[in-house]
Amino acid sequence: MTPFTHSPPTAVWQQDGEEVTLELAGDWRLEGPAVTVSGEKLDKNPTGYGLCSLGVYDSTLPAFLLAHFRRVSTSAKDRYEEPSLNGLPDKLRGLLELALALPEENAMTVQPDVGSVCEKLGRMTMSFFSKVQAFLKFTGLTVLSLVRLGTGRARFRSSDFWMVLQQCGADALPIVALISFLIGIILAFVGNVQLTHFGANLYVADLVGIAMVREMGVVMTAIIMSGRTGAAFAAHIGSMSANEEIDALRTFGFNPFDFLVLPRLIALVLMMPVLTIYANVIGIIGGMVVGSFVGIPPELYWQETLASLDLTNSSLGVIKSVFFGATIAINGCMMGMQSGKSSAAVGEATTQAVVASITAIVVLDSAFAAIFTVLEI
Amino acid sequence: MAAKITVRDLTMAYGELVIMHDLSFEVADEDIFVIIGSSGCGKSTLLRHLIGLQEPAKGSILYGEDNFTASAPDERLAFIRRFGVMYQSGALWSSLTLGENISMLLEEAGHLKASTVRDLVAYKLALVGLSGFEDFYPAQISGGMKKRAAIARALALDPDILFLDEPGSGLDPLSSRRLDDLILGLRDSQKSTIIIVTHELASIFSIATKALFLDTATKTQGALGPPCELRDHSKNPAVRLFLNRGNSSKATST
Repeated sequence: MTPFTHSPPTAVWQQDGEEVTLELAGDWRLEGPAVTVSGEKLDKNPTGYGLCSLGVYDSTLPAFLLAHFRRVSTSAKDRYEEPSLNGLPDKLRGLLELALALPEENAMTVQPDVGSVCEKLGRMTMSFFSKVQAFLKFTGLTVLSLVRLGTGRARFRSSDFWMVLQQCGADALPIVALISFLIGIILAFVGNVQLTHFGANLYVADLVGIAMVREMGVVMTAIIMSGRTGAAFAAHIGSMSANEEIDALRTFGFNPFDFLVLPRLIALVLMMPVLTIYANVIGIIGGMVVGSFVGIPPELYWQETLASLDLTNSSLGVIKSVFFGATIAINGCMMGMQSGKSSAAVGEATTQAVVASITAIVVLDSAFAAIFTVLEI
Repeated sequence: MAAKITVRDLTMAYGELVIMHDLSFEVADEDIFVIIGSSGCGKSTLLRHLIGLQEPAKGSILYGEDNFTASAPDERLAFIRRFGVMYQSGALWSSLTLGENISMLLEEAGHLKASTVRDLVAYKLALVGLSGFEDFYPAQISGGMKKRAAIARALALDPDILFLDEPGSGLDPLSSRRLDDLILGLRDSQKSTIIIVTHELASIFSIATKALFLDTATKTQGALGPPCELRDHSKNPAVRLFLNRGNSSKATST
């Protein structure tokens, strides 16, 4: 088979009085070289076409012609006349007639985001405050929904509740155990290195115990649950929203808030304290394992841990966990409910849910630290 | 019991962008009322206004003598409970089986016995030709089947007013014909009022009693009346062209 040779495409404008002829030559192919244009009349449509040397062509030729027609129509505005397609091959003319049949839609053009740095900063600030406002509003609606539940007017499917309870409870145990165990080990190693200088490495048990029950246990559990459960809430509710399922709930007389947010909120608020206590215990065991390697017998380690912890210390993390659980559930559900109606929007909602939850957890934890310091606990 | 629907000077807008303005029409008891117009002209948006998912920028919607637009949330719930809605995408609850999608509504509505609920679910699915699909999840069935399942769900509570958003698109000709028969059957047996957004011309001419044409060019209603009459005698050429499937020779011979 002989190789097929292509000649490069050219478009040459020729003017003879009022007549403007466009000479099209060569092979117009997507994979071929770019077109060479000469003598282009920017404000005129051709009145005739010269096609003697035109070879094969694909979409590049009609696209080239249409782009020229559009340019002329934009510059000519009122004086614009329909382009003449006479002389073009039938198939090409048919396609161009279709493309030209409806005028270009200008109304829907999206305005690019322009503005000075100050303007952008202002917009970002406004958007931040509107987000905070949305969060507060959503929290308020959640409280109203809880009141409805308390008075027996809110309903959701109990099977949904048990499903969510399992997802954010039992199913989270392995990952919470792994992370807490490693955090316990890290704390013990770091503590041991420092305390050995003073011959006080037994106090590793105190350090690990107090750090776990007051801060690390609850914060790590909350961060895990943000990434795991908060994201799942946002993705599930977001895709329901994209698929009009939430609208369907509404039009069949269900309150989407009661139906979707309540079971998730209640399940997470119930499970967070349980997971936190579990994380605390596993973290202390992690410390104990390190202790046994650096010469603290497990019995002694255990006694020292018990001596350092009292009920107040131990309950602080658990109390915080309830608030963290509510924050994660509200953020996850809110981002899902407010998600746009596309798969990209669901992805964005999921990311926002995780970022907002973790930020809120750290902010809340700082607030708790300040409050506990003032209260001297 | 069906209901008369009155729409007065309805303007629909997204923020400042007006979609359609000054729509005024009435849907009589037991009408099969179709909303037609080119893609993207606001048919589904009009449907969303009628079922209360979007608020009008101006104007009002009345069911019987009661003002739906001005109703308080509790009153609105009473209206909504008389509606059956089928969404364009189906919008079946994806975490529930087809059976559960229907039974959830029945369980919510009253204290029905489990066996009654089961029988009702089987009957509704049989009506749309999906007998035996109770335990399938929406993700396990085809697009056309999802549409039919969504219609079955819309019929769950024997609604007074049934809203169908493009029920025939994606159905094979036989299913589409069966759907037309079902719609006529429901109107005749349950005295339902049925509002349909559709492009299926064959179906429009065989079942619709009245059609509303939304005109993209003028952004308001282009014509209102029985579809055959609009096709042959409408004063608006765009309507004749639309109903003659763009065949201008038929459209101009009035």
